[in-house]
Amino acid sequence: MSWINLSALWKILVFGLLAGAGLPALFAAGLYSLSLGPRRAQVAGADGGADSDVLVGGSVVGMVIAAVCVLIILAAIGWGIYEIYTLGHPAPKK
Amino acid sequence: MSNDTILVLVVITALAFDFTNGFHDTGNAMATSIATGALGPRTAVAISGLLNFVGAFLSLAVAATIASGLVATADVTLTVVAAGLAGGIIWNLLTWLFGIPSSSSHALIGGVIGATIAAAGGSAVLWHGLVSKVVIPAVLSPVIAALIAAVGTWSLYRISRSLTSGARKHGFRIGQIGSACMVSLAHGTNDAQKTMGVITLALIANGTLAKGSQAPVWVILCCALAISIGTYLGGWRVIRTLGKGLVEIESPQGMAAESASAAVILLSSSFGYSLSTTHVATGSIIGTGLGKRGAEVRWNVAGRMATAWVFTLPSAGLVGAASYGIAHGIGGTAGVIVILVILAALSGLIFWRSRQTKVDHNNVNAEWTGTVAPAEPATAKAAA
Repeated sequence: MSWINLSALWKILVFGLLAGAGLPALFAAGLYSLSLGPRRAQVAGADGGADSDVLVGGSVVGMVIAAVCVLIILAAIGWGIYEIYTLGHPAPKK
Repeated sequence: MSNDTILVLVVITALAFDFTNGFHDTGNAMATSIATGALGPRTAVAISGLLNFVGAFLSLAVAATIASGLVATADVTLTVVAAGLAGGIIWNLLTWLFGIPSSSSHALIGGVIGATIAAAGGSAVLWHGLVSKVVIPAVLSPVIAALIAAVGTWSLYRISRSLTSGARKHGFRIGQIGSACMVSLAHGTNDAQKTMGVITLALIANGTLAKGSQAPVWVILCCALAISIGTYLGGWRVIRTLGKGLVEIESPQGMAAESASAAVILLSSSFGYSLSTTHVATGSIIGTGLGKRGAEVRWNVAGRMATAWVFTLPSAGLVGAASYGIAHGIGGTAGVIVILVILAALSGLIFWRSRQTKVDHNNVNAEWTGTVAPAEPATAKAAA
């Protein structure tokens, strides 16, 4: 009689890390690439630059990468919710 | 004996529990966002209420666990369920008064188990189900959440190290809105389910539903509403403890904590594990404290919480058992009515007491001065 469902446990750990730490990291990567570009040097040079909250650096490639990151995150969340819905609503037993 | 009268009373009491669950747990989803300013307090609780409502419909796995996985339904009577709910509600209200983010789940389960044991002895409890689907997840989930949050926090700071601190704050506040929404959704999938499970259990005990039935749609709807209204009214006291009392939180930490919580809760719900969303949220918040160099974790607050947690299941159990004793001693419908009246009176008393040290959306973000309700500037001399 197993008291701990090991298979469930490792799934929670692995998917938990992927979704719970991986997706935010992807978001951070998106923020980073968004900040790339000419505006960043401007901001750093100006006085009080450290407190500026300008996010967009101006690089087109950076913005595209950021958009892709966000899309991946949204897709992952959408897929996850779908999975939970199907798992949580089992077909009625005959 | 009019079973249906008791049934109606039990359903109302269960919805009352769901309501207390809502405002007790709002903090889990929203405390970090409110603390960092990502969301205004009232917007946060409104969103949380709405998403809890949606989440309640998303997965029925946990309701099934509560309805048939913990106690032998043959031994459960309506009086048992009523007494169990009474135990759960009292414990929930007491911990709310002291701003301690304790587990509503364990309060409920403890109450029901205590009442069941008082009624039918230990053999009526499905110990294996209880341990594998409640106790062990309860112990492991905060640890897993802390780990995920620590890894997340470390990664976030590392990846964003070249951003200015203002940009980092701004960016992650946006991220926090997303992750806080996910936690609210997750909470709906786990917590609203518990009450649905209890009501289903009551319906089965009364013979209205066959053994092993799924929760009917009206049950799902009412529970979803009760928890979302409770959420909207907001448990400001607990929000304060979580957001300010435990760790001083910055936006990246907030996002890491919430994402970790949402992930762990959603995944566990899908397995039918009834978690303490509170334990998970607290574990995550502590994890973010550990993942960021130089962050301060107020271990004495954490210690008080841990103590409250350990005591929750047994204490709620004792209150549940005592409630059952009173109800059974008086007997029949009158017995149930008596304990519910006592419950209402105690609830009123606790609520009245709470008004004397009020925490609401105005002072929820005030500096932490060691107690749940911040010291008023005019009366600070008393503390000096």
